[in-house]
Amino acid sequence: MTGDPIESLLRGPPKVINVGLAGFSRDLSEQGVESVHVDWSPPAQGDPIVAALLSKLDGSSKERIDAANSRALDQMLSSEPVLIDVIPASEAIPALEPRRILHAGPPLEWERMCGPMRGAIQGISVFEGWEANLSDAQKSAEQGLFSFYPNHHFDAVGPMTGITTLSQPVMVVENRKFGNRAYCAINEGLGKVLRFGGNDDEVLNRLRWIRDEFGPALGRALRNLGGLSLKGLVARGLSMGDEMHQRNAACSSLALRELAAALAETSSDSQALTRAFAFMAGNDQFFLNIAMAMGKSIADSARAIEGSSIVTAMSRNGTDFGIQVSGTGDSWFIAPVEMPEGLFFPGFTEEDANPDMGDSAIVETVGLGGFAMGAAPAVAGFVGAGAASDAGNYTLRMKDITAGGNPEWKIPSMDYIGVPTGIDIRAVVETAIAPTINTGIAHRRAGIGQVGAGIARAPLKCFSQALVDLARRLEAK
Amino acid sequence: MNAVVMNEVRKGFYVDSVALMRISRSIGRLKQVDEASLMMGTPANREIMADAGLLADEGAAAGGGDLVIAVRAENSAAAKEALSTAIEQLQSPSQKFASGEEWTPRTLRSAVSAFPSANVALISVPGEFAAAEARKAIRLGLHAMIFSDNVSIAEEIQLKREAQSLGLLVMGPDCGTAIISGTPLAFANCVSRGPVGIVGASGTGIQEVSCQIERMGGGILHAIGVGGRDLKSEVGGTTTLMAIDALASDPDIESIVVISKPPGDDVAKKVIERLGIAGKPAVVCFLGSAALPLPANVLQAYTLKDAAAAAVGKGFEQSERPGLPTRSGGIAGLYSGGTLCAEAQVILRDAGLPINSNAPIAKVAKGREGSYVLLDLGDDEFTRGRPHPMIDPGVREAFLIEALGRDDIGVVLADVVIGQGAHSDPALPLADIVRAHGRRSGPIVISAVTGTEQDSQVLSDQESKLCKAGIVVASSNADAARWALAVAGRG
Repeated sequence: MTGDPIESLLRGPPKVINVGLAGFSRDLSEQGVESVHVDWSPPAQGDPIVAALLSKLDGSSKERIDAANSRALDQMLSSEPVLIDVIPASEAIPALEPRRILHAGPPLEWERMCGPMRGAIQGISVFEGWEANLSDAQKSAEQGLFSFYPNHHFDAVGPMTGITTLSQPVMVVENRKFGNRAYCAINEGLGKVLRFGGNDDEVLNRLRWIRDEFGPALGRALRNLGGLSLKGLVARGLSMGDEMHQRNAACSSLALRELAAALAETSSDSQALTRAFAFMAGNDQFFLNIAMAMGKSIADSARAIEGSSIVTAMSRNGTDFGIQVSGTGDSWFIAPVEMPEGLFFPGFTEEDANPDMGDSAIVETVGLGGFAMGAAPAVAGFVGAGAASDAGNYTLRMKDITAGGNPEWKIPSMDYIGVPTGIDIRAVVETAIAPTINTGIAHRRAGIGQVGAGIARAPLKCFSQALVDLARRLEAK
Repeated sequence: MNAVVMNEVRKGFYVDSVALMRISRSIGRLKQVDEASLMMGTPANREIMADAGLLADEGAAAGGGDLVIAVRAENSAAAKEALSTAIEQLQSPSQKFASGEEWTPRTLRSAVSAFPSANVALISVPGEFAAAEARKAIRLGLHAMIFSDNVSIAEEIQLKREAQSLGLLVMGPDCGTAIISGTPLAFANCVSRGPVGIVGASGTGIQEVSCQIERMGGGILHAIGVGGRDLKSEVGGTTTLMAIDALASDPDIESIVVISKPPGDDVAKKVIERLGIAGKPAVVCFLGSAALPLPANVLQAYTLKDAAAAAVGKGFEQSERPGLPTRSGGIAGLYSGGTLCAEAQVILRDAGLPINSNAPIAKVAKGREGSYVLLDLGDDEFTRGRPHPMIDPGVREAFLIEALGRDDIGVVLADVVIGQGAHSDPALPLADIVRAHGRRSGPIVISAVTGTEQDSQVLSDQESKLCKAGIVVASSNADAARWALAVAGRG
């Protein structure tokens, strides 16, 4: 607006945003007045206590929160994630020791774990040689002989069950702007896999091959290459139909292209090289775990900024959904996880589905996945009657709850808008718009694997709890 | 199970897996079909289909680049039918494009990002939420017109202060009417453009003055609503003073009208001073107020009609009165417009009548009874849980029937307000009731329509509906009240 705002209002017909009665909007359009109608609903779904809290924060702390959020967003956006190496988890996370198991989502004890989570734990304890067989593993778990921690407590993430233990190789993403690192295991491919609770010999043998042959080979190639810079790769993937959660076909291909020469150069065993290429080429989701480590390295750069209401982690363990928020440090805000909605593979229905699971929502935390749906119209088809042409609406909707757009990650078909980034819990609570998470759906029983894919919504309760805690901390200052 | 499994393979036919899953689902729902799956024939997919009992020999022989259509149905006819339906769906790509759910913003912030040139937010959410929305609007650089009521005076003061520091107007709360550059907002009439600018603390006041100006051949450029409490001492006339300044510096404005209930003395003084500084011809109409000291360029009008006349440079003349019968008995006024009720009170009070009103002006008794009673039916006590009588005149029905049956009442006054936002045909229910319940020797009904020919309800159509029912139609609310005095033998 130029000059005096009142003068400029009176200079021509008003340009109106109508908030409330839809009839006023109709009157305006009948007169040919430019206007936009807001599909308004009471903040915080009409909860007077939360609404009062929102309005109090808006009055007393708005500038502080906004400033903290803009710093959080800047740090996320200026991050420089580079995939630099593959190393044993024990080296990446020195705190790992025998019988210590990291899992997806917020903290969880064995008694409350879902089927696939238990199945994966049984499998990994045989893989690690802690137990002779799966049934011994189950007994040990019941006797409390394992200790469980979230990946997120150790700079790590993992898809679905997200099991991380000491001898698994993990990919290392370094955020070169801030020096922090994040870790994620290597994607095992589709079908029967540990991340969906699979634990038979086929699954464990594949993990052994990844540990003994593929992981080290990938590590050598990355060191030889001097690291694989991820930001540009993801930007290209977005323009090729990936949203980096349900769809990683383009980025998996691009990554293979970038790594091929280095893999060949650092390999002296052509059989092993062939196996490595075949494994990567056969898995459209190979890049998912890279995107997750990248997301973690970016989101962590925005952690612990006093007063910030930006989400730094969203994560599920098949039982609970948890979020962490910059201004509330490492506290988890937890609510029961919801069932994803989606499409199922032949032979399976909603009844087979396990509740939402995995650390993979870290990609939504940094503006990808459900937030970048507009880049991947095909994925929009996963929700109910969603048409491909509705894909952009998911992305636009997420703009309502985010602090800004990412100028480097753009969606060409949406006139190059930047993916909505930096989930602001104030906006989530106010609008009751839940972050949309694109997800795979696991069978509720261990060992069966993926049975579908769809969309999950973050429970709003996590966000209102976090808001209460943020307000308390602001007050205490 | 004697189900039939049938496969068809399309060599080298690639279809995206999500599209295939959608077709699978729709085929699986066909009658007599147990299950269906369309998948590319990769080894992993063939295994999934085998496990689901869907793989036949043809499918088992497919390669990764081949599309396998697999169905299991109750009989072979159903299976064949399902296969052909699937192929049909594969071959007729969706015609639908961009016809999905239309995106509408859910917050002010996203509305602004979709419409960055917006300059005013019209807020009509429930009162408890209105201040928060207005605050957001201001912080996004928008002027706010708050139609909602039930906003606390403390919040109003805070909002107006913050807006003022940003050079923005807060019109309201409880602001029903505005005209910006000739464009009516919320409850307003389509009036001709002209050199008059109005600042009004009352919606129907602005409507009546702008419609009277129209009848007198004048026109309006802006009418800035300020909300019913802006001129209270606590609020201090923040928006009114800002609006006066804006109209003073707008070169297209030649005269300024300020309409309000009587303000606090301090505020009245400030408003009049500011009009004096503005230098343009101006008129203040503080309904019910006594005479005030005025600078040379400012006139005081005691009725809305006189305010309109002064704004277009005419004298305070009374229109010619038609020949009217007389009636003994009192006057009952049943108003949908609060300010129209106040204007009638001024006229009856100044004629020396002992009137009662539920919304009394100065020196009028508060009450709903008596032979001289003027009711504002838009007041909260009548509208709790039901629409305002300007939107739904039903509130007035019972009062009207009762008044028409009273022997101690000689005249019934009933207003009709049209324009944007108002009932689509408010004259009709009034005419119908008068036809059904009027008596030969009973009360005379006098009405006036606040509106213009350009309004969708059309002024002359409304007037003729009233006339046909035997209602006496005046050309202004003030005249209607004066004629009532004449009929009651007090004129």
